[in-house]
Formats: sequence, C-alpha cells, structure tokens
Amino acid sequence: MKVAYWPGCVSRGFTPELHGSMAKVAPLLDIELVELDRACCTGAGVIAEHNQELADTLNARTFALAQQVPGAEMMMNICSTCQGAQSECQERLDASAEYREHVNSTLAGEGLSYEKGLTNKNFLWLLVEEIGLENLRERVRRPLTNLKVGPFYGCYIVRPRKRLQIDSERPRDNYLHEVIETLGGTVIDYAGMRKCCGFPIITMNKDASLKQAGRHLGDAIDADADCLVTPCPLCHLNLDLQQPLAAGVVGRELGMPVLHLPQLVGLALGLEPRELGMSKHVVRPTSVIDWSASVVGAAA
Amino acid sequence: MTEAHDREGGIESFTLRLRRYDPESGEAPYWDEHTVELEAHRSVLEAILQARDRFDGSIGIRCSCRQAICGSCGVRVNGEPALACHTHLDAARGGSGADGVIEIEPMGNMPVIKDLIVDMDEVHWKKIQRVTPWLLAKQPVPEREYLVPRESMVDVTQTMACIQCGACVSDCLAMEVDPGFIGPAALAKAYRFVGDPRDDQQYERLNDLAQDPQGIFDCTHCFKCVEACPKDVNPMGQIMRLRRVAIADHHIRDHNNGERHEAAFATLIKDNGLLWEAELLPRSYGGNSFFGKFAPSAAKELLSSLPSIFKALARGKVTLAGALKPHKIPSEDLKAVQGIYDKVEGRERRYELNLYISGSDEDNAPVVPEQAAVGATPSTVAPPRPDPGPPSAAEEESVTHQGGAGADASADDPEAGSEGSNSQ
Repeated sequence: MKVAYWPGCVSRGFTPELHGSMAKVAPLLDIELVELDRACCTGAGVIAEHNQELADTLNARTFALAQQVPGAEMMMNICSTCQGAQSECQERLDASAEYREHVNSTLAGEGLSYEKGLTNKNFLWLLVEEIGLENLRERVRRPLTNLKVGPFYGCYIVRPRKRLQIDSERPRDNYLHEVIETLGGTVIDYAGMRKCCGFPIITMNKDASLKQAGRHLGDAIDADADCLVTPCPLCHLNLDLQQPLAAGVVGRELGMPVLHLPQLVGLALGLEPRELGMSKHVVRPTSVIDWSASVVGAAA
Repeated sequence: MTEAHDREGGIESFTLRLRRYDPESGEAPYWDEHTVELEAHRSVLEAILQARDRFDGSIGIRCSCRQAICGSCGVRVNGEPALACHTHLDAARGGSGADGVIEIEPMGNMPVIKDLIVDMDEVHWKKIQRVTPWLLAKQPVPEREYLVPRESMVDVTQTMACIQCGACVSDCLAMEVDPGFIGPAALAKAYRFVGDPRDDQQYERLNDLAQDPQGIFDCTHCFKCVEACPKDVNPMGQIMRLRRVAIADHHIRDHNNGERHEAAFATLIKDNGLLWEAELLPRSYGGNSFFGKFAPSAAKELLSSLPSIFKALARGKVTLAGALKPHKIPSEDLKAVQGIYDKVEGRERRYELNLYISGSDEDNAPVVPEQAAVGATPSTVAPPRPDPGPPSAAEEESVTHQGGAGADASADDPEAGSEGSNSQ
C-alpha cells in the first residue's frame, strides 16, 4: 500500500535510527512511503498552546499536501506526539465547515485546501488495521521467542479515547500488546506502560520529568522486561537519551534498552540490530542483540 | 463470581472486588469480594451500597446525590477514575479483566481515610484554595449588574461545569511525581476567574501561577485529566489557555522556562519549518535567540546534560554537524509557512474554536432530516469564536450581578462539594 508519510522532526533529528529503520521495514511490509518533505512540524501541542489557529493551519497544510499524493491510501506517521497533535487539529477542522473554510483561505495562496476526512494513522495503527496481524505473522522470519518486551505507548496515542477513536472495536490502546505477541514476543505489563514519559516538562521541571521516566524504567526492570518498545520518539528521548540522568534522579541503576516500534518489527522480520540503528542508542540494547544472535531462524 | 443472566433487562449478578483499608486498624490494605444482584443499567454506586447493606456494613463509601451532580462518589473503577453513580454496571463489567469482576479502589494522589473514601481536604481542597477561587471584582462594583459580552461568559462555562469530584486529581501524572503541583482541578478553576471579564486580577493571577514552579508550566500534557473528567471540563485544555493568555496577552516571563520554551519552539518552526532540538533546549533555558545558549542558565543546564550529550555523540545518534545545523524544509515551503505565521499571528484577535461550546456541524444539524439542506442555516453553524476580548458597547448585555465573592457559589464553596453522607 502507498501512504503519504510524515516522519516528524525528531525522527530526522535526535532519533535518526527511527526514520532509518522505518525505511528498511516498509518494503518488507509492502508499504510504499511517499515522504511529505514539504510539510512542517506538527507543533507537538506547543504551537497549539501558543496559538490554536496557527497550529490548525500548519497542520491543515500538511493534511492538504498528503491529500495531493497520487494513489496514497492514507497518511501515516511514526510519532505518537505527531499523531496526537494532528488528531487534535483535525478534530476541530473536521467539526466545522465554516472553520475549515476560514483555515483554507489562509492556504489558498499556495493553491492548497484541506478536505474533511483525511485518514491519518500511526505506524502502529496501520500495522494492525491495514497490514493486519495475520499478514504480519506470516512475514515473521525471526520470531521474538523468549524476548520479554514491555510496551510503552506514550500519552498522545492513547488519550483522549474519543478523539483517537479508541473503543472496543478498535482497542488502539492495546495494539502494542497485540503486535508484540504477533511477532512472537512475550508482553511484559508494568505500571507505567500508558503513563507519561515526562518529556513535555523536561525544560520546566527536570526533576519531575526524569522521575517519571526513571520510575517507568524501574517498574519495567522489576517486571523482568528485556527491553521496552515505543511508537513515540519523544518518549524515546526521555527513556533512552536521558536514561543516565533519570537513573541519578530515581537513585537506582537502570540500563533498560528502549526500541522504536519499527526496530522491533524489523528485528522479527529478519533485519539485523545494526541495520536497524540499534548501535545509536544511548542505552545499548545488549539484551536484544544477545538474544538476536542466540536465536536460530533469522533471515539468511 | 457468577454473571448469570436471568433474563434480558432483568436482575443479574455482578461481583465487586473492593479495596479495603482502615489506617486506624494498623492492618494492611486488602481486597474483598461481594456478589450483588441488580439490573445491568444500575450504577456501580448502587452495587457498592447493596454490598454494604447485605454483607458488610463497614464498607466505607461517600455519596450523596446519586445523579452525578454532587461529586462525592469519585472512585477508581477497573483502574480508571469515575463517579460510581455515573458508571453503569454493564459498562463496568465490560471494562473489567478476564474474570469479569469489577474492581473498585479509592482515588489516587490523595490519602485514604477509609476504604473508598479519600481525604479531599488534605489535597484537593487545599489546591483549590491555592488559586483564590472567588471573584476579585472590578471596582467600583456597579449598583445593579455588570455588563459583559455574552460570549465572554460562555467562554468560562466549561470550567464552571466542574463538580469538584477529584477524578482528575486522582490520576494526574504530574502530581504523581510532584505532589506539590497545583493540579488540573484547581488550575481549571483558576481559568474560570481568569476568563471572567468581571475579575480585576487577571494579570496577578496569571503571574502567580506562571512563576510558581508547581503552577501552569508543571503540567506534563498527558491528557489523563481530560479522560478522567466526567463533566468534560478538559482541565488540561484550560491549563493551556492559562499559558496562552499569560504569554500572549500579558507577556509574562516566568522563572520556569515556560514562556521561553514556547517562544523558542514557535520561533524555530517559523525559521526552519522543522524542530531543531539541539537549539531548542539551550534557548528554553537561556532565551529565545541564537545567543540564548551562551546565557549562564543555559550553560549550567548544558553542563548537567553532558553525560547524555557525550553518549549521544559517541554513538552517532547525534552528529556535531546535525547539532550545529538545523534541518529545514525547502525554501518555497518555508516561505509559505512563514506567511501562515504572519497572517495568523497578525490578527487583531486570536481565533479559538472550543468544540465543547460550539459543538460540531453534526451536533448542530437540524433534527428533522428533511430540513437538513446542503447549506446549513447560519444559526446551526458554530462560527469561529475569538478569544474573549474587551467588551464592545454593541455586544454588551447583562449577566447576573454577583458583586464580590462567589460568582458560582455552590460549585466554588469547598464545603458545598465536600459534604455528603459519609457512611463509613
């Protein structure tokens, strides 16, 4: 399937391994990525806090660009925060024809216009709802047998449920669990898996921010996880890049590897840890690398 | 744990797993199970009361109105905060674990007095008092009523819908790690007065809440309170509005990097189209310019982050070139983005669409299908509504005169909300 692909900023900045691993994994799932390289940052909620109409207009521009991609079935992102920020703007744009017209008048100079009803899915949602778990299972070359994976969802992709269309028909707040199981891994539940990583207040209250990250990492260690997996690069920044500092704040050794979702999927599809950029992590995913070296059945 | 269906719409069995705790007993908390018999549309509260009446009179639960108005019966149902009287048994069972048992616990972030009763005074009401929850009226108080624009009062109706149940406080993730955080309920209440055109202390209130390290910039934007609120108050949204008014209208520069972070973020997107993380952090600490990173506060911060920075460089996660040079969108597109900034930020008043107030086109569509013409009548479409601004003479109309304190006395009076039949 062909998608208008929004990689976000951080996947091309401080977490280059995310964008890189997505590019490697997409062809293995028959996803054609048409990158929205003309689009700007979603604002991550901060632009909306600054000026709501500005955030809505900048994102409407991205949506309009996505709607122009010939043959694209939908828009896809690889960042929970992008998903949340975009969903919030789209909710307002889709709710009122008059407001949409107002926003579109600002885009008219570029010849762009957003039409109500864009489908925009995080890679996690697309994996479950479009690719399908059975289809995914058939493509697994290196089942994650005996790998104990703790899901870390990130707030923006699980709340608020109504806006994100999460219900019993579409239990999107449980999809990481389903994907880990489909890939053959063991899901490790722990207290912080749907809580906040703390990143949004890292510059405002560093201690509270790192305490959040440190506690969740500690909980995952106590629950005996080998690694965490997250669909959000901002969570990854607090959980991986800041992990040495978080360890200091909570006063315990951590050393918990945190994978991006495409890395975990890529591993199961037979790619090597190095190809997936795992050497770039601050916390070396030693447990994952050792595990991948020890299992038989990897793609030749 | 039997969930036998007697007949459709008839009496069914529901098993409750109640968290029991009496701090005065010296015993540890424990779980207690009771099976009750009620119709599926009955509330979790009715189930708890039946368990108390039939099996154990010592079960502690606070309740009063039983119709989601008094805010007394906040608990956690299957791990999520809710009003016990506002949660149907079938829905609660649907959200339970594999065994179908409905798990009921006291709310979080507040000490337990007994079983399902938490100490609201110790946490929630103290925080509410912290934000001066009454009108500080503009002087002189008019002889009859204040004249204010209708939409400026409509603007605060969302926060006035709060029933002080504490559900948002229970699950606030910032408060979980930082108990001193003023929190969602109190900050939503603060907006109720900041947004009230009759209040005289908008700047003072905002400056106080912005400078407090546990004020408006301590919210971690996790949407927990949005999800928790049974009245759709959207406390996090109100906190974002407090930030917006503080920064954009009052140009308040706080000591918590809140204003600098927002300014740096907005500027970097305008300059590059994409976020430049390596520049965002130092600017958030040192000031929103290229030279921000040379400010002492930024240097101190960079120094404390050196372990992470070195590791990121060593692993090739961040390259020096990548850190020193932003990634940008193509120049034509950047110009378009900057054009959007100029146009939108250049407006005399900010547009802000609050769907709680305006509703969606679907909500406002005429009920009778025949009348749902292609072009909806103007009265059915919610127009984009600007932020409340100074009243213009033409828009003015009267609202009820409240004089001094207690604009919406019943909701704002701590005593009013904390009462209830405490049946422990």
